Amino acid sequence: MSAATITATPAATDAHIPLRNHFRHTGALIRRNLLWIRQDPESMFDAVLFPVIFTLLFVYVFGGSIGKSLGGGQEAYVQYVIPGLLAMMGMNMSQGVGTGFNTDFNSGVMDRFRSLPIGRGSVLIAKIVVELMRMLAACVILMIVAVLVGFDITSWIGMLGAVGLATVFGSALMWVFITLGVTMKSAQSVQAMGFLVMMPLQFGSSIFAPTDSMPGWLQNFTEYNPLSSLADAARGMMVGGPVAHGLWVTLAWSVGLTAVMAPVAIHKFRTKN
Amino acid sequence: MGPGTVLGMTRIDKNPNGGNTAVTVRGLVKHYGETKALDGVDLDVREGTVMGVLGPNGAGKTTLVRILSTLLAPTAGEATVVGYDVLRQPRQLRKVIGLTGQYASVDEKLAGWENLYLIGRLLDLTRKDARSRADELLERFSLTEAARRPASTYSGGMRRRLDLAASMIGRPQVLFLDEPTTGLDPRTRNEVWAEVKSMVGEGVTVLLTTQYMEEAEQLASELTVVDRGKVIASGGIEELKSKVGGRALRIRPVDPLELRPLAGALDALGITGLATTTVDPETGTLLVPILSDEQLTAVVGAVTARGITIGSITTELPSLDEVFLSLTGHKASAPQDAVPTDTREEVAV
Ligand SMILES: Nc1ncnc2c1ncn2[C@@H]1O[C@H](COP(=O)(O)OP(=O)(O)OP(=O)(O)O)[C@@H](O)[C@H]1O
Ligand SMILES: [Mg+2]
Repeated sequence: MSAATITATPAATDAHIPLRNHFRHTGALIRRNLLWIRQDPESMFDAVLFPVIFTLLFVYVFGGSIGKSLGGGQEAYVQYVIPGLLAMMGMNMSQGVGTGFNTDFNSGVMDRFRSLPIGRGSVLIAKIVVELMRMLAACVILMIVAVLVGFDITSWIGMLGAVGLATVFGSALMWVFITLGVTMKSAQSVQAMGFLVMMPLQFGSSIFAPTDSMPGWLQNFTEYNPLSSLADAARGMMVGGPVAHGLWVTLAWSVGLTAVMAPVAIHKFRTKN
Repeated sequence: MGPGTVLGMTRIDKNPNGGNTAVTVRGLVKHYGETKALDGVDLDVREGTVMGVLGPNGAGKTTLVRILSTLLAPTAGEATVVGYDVLRQPRQLRKVIGLTGQYASVDEKLAGWENLYLIGRLLDLTRKDARSRADELLERFSLTEAARRPASTYSGGMRRRLDLAASMIGRPQVLFLDEPTTGLDPRTRNEVWAEVKSMVGEGVTVLLTTQYMEEAEQLASELTVVDRGKVIASGGIEELKSKVGGRALRIRPVDPLELRPLAGALDALGITGLATTTVDPETGTLLVPILSDEQLTAVVGAVTARGITIGSITTELPSLDEVFLSLTGHKASAPQDAVPTDTREEVAV
């Protein structure tokens, strides 16, 4: 811009949006995101069916044989795998935020929002809030199914802690998916990308089976895989065992991811047009 | 507009007819790498009037509307809406505008009513006001029956109307409409036109883009013709029309079987300068390009001489291509994409 463009309106001050209004906008947008779910209940399939299917699949298909190597049977494997699945829920459910934003940008809805006198942050926060609700719902459903297949919760406080930790890690991952959702062309590619990233992280971890029988290179990978730390910490909290190491590593990852990716995601989100 | 009208120049006199300027655009430039989407555009829209921005595909119409509605930052130049600067006062500006983009921006998963209620809340209406405003606008845009259905089940025309309703919630002072009727059937298009006219009746200033001379003539009082990011002509609509000249005569014989023989007869007449007539079987009409009143008289005479019963004879405005041809001496930059007015009915979905 050249200096010549500064003419008319001498004090070109912009309107200020009061905090109350930000809250109202965010509330209205949360309502909108919840209506999405009501309108399209299939969008809750991941939150409802994943916990059920994965629990049944792993407990009844692999439970017997892996349980034997754990020195027990299927019951021993239930105790092992449920905290792992909790870690997996935290990661899986963080993906929806990316596809959701992608749809909004592509459908022109974001243009509508941006032409209104609201802060863009309201749109961002409303989506994150609803995705966190979905994540918590998935965790609750997992816990119900777990109890039904015979999971023995030894510590309720530990269980709350584990759900909390999975949520903290999941919300840190959300920044990665927001970045993907805002930068990638289509919701499908966001999903495909998420799948590509999450598959190896899930299976190359201590979520489903102990890592000591894996080849050395894979063990190295699992050791640095934050999902292993999260699964180990959740396991320690819920059924007993070491907690501290996994907890700190998971928290460090969460803080690190947020510190690096949140500014990137927010910048991409704010400047996209 | 009056004597200040210029053709093929960029500077426009300020408010030749008096009144306040609602939209001011000066030297607006937007580059995408090598592409000059806007290449120094000047434009004024007087309060309470409708400015039509006419141009072919890729002319820069959407870019202009997006900059004016703060969705896009210009590369250079300045633009104000009701005195608010697009770059420095975006939030103020957003309070006074309504936008209906080229592609519907309704939330497909929400019901029509919910779409409007949400926007009401985002515009700081109370719950009660947002509710009644949503009801009121749905009623006005004949969407009350579909109010509770998700917008994904709406037809193209219904979505457009919902989009228009959405842009009206905040009672905007200035409304931007980007190709409001492209892709609509003639009946729906007429409905949208009627709505736009009633908004103008309420004193709203409108800037609308279009590819159709006919639409510009229906709605706008002033016209800016753009091509490749540049204003190539601007002025009052009547004035530009007289410059552009060229009309077409649409003849509908009562008996469709007469269409082809009539076309043959007119071509055989050999009226000087008369381009070939086209038969439009879809509408059962014949389109005869006319360049002068003499030609018009000759054609009507020839039709009468054949002694067939005529259902209707109407004159039509020139297509975008013809407008460009007469204003610039060359065809519009993307003639293969540009949809001329007289074939629109066949193209509409
Ligand atoms: N995001 C973008 N990146 C690169 N080029 C762009 C972008 N947006 C628009 N353009 C280019 O800018 C020019 C003007 O585009 P614009 O969409 O404003 O045209 P338009 O007049 O609205 O056309 P249409 O009638 O097809 O809607 C075109 O050449 C287009 O390819
Ligand atoms: Mg366009």
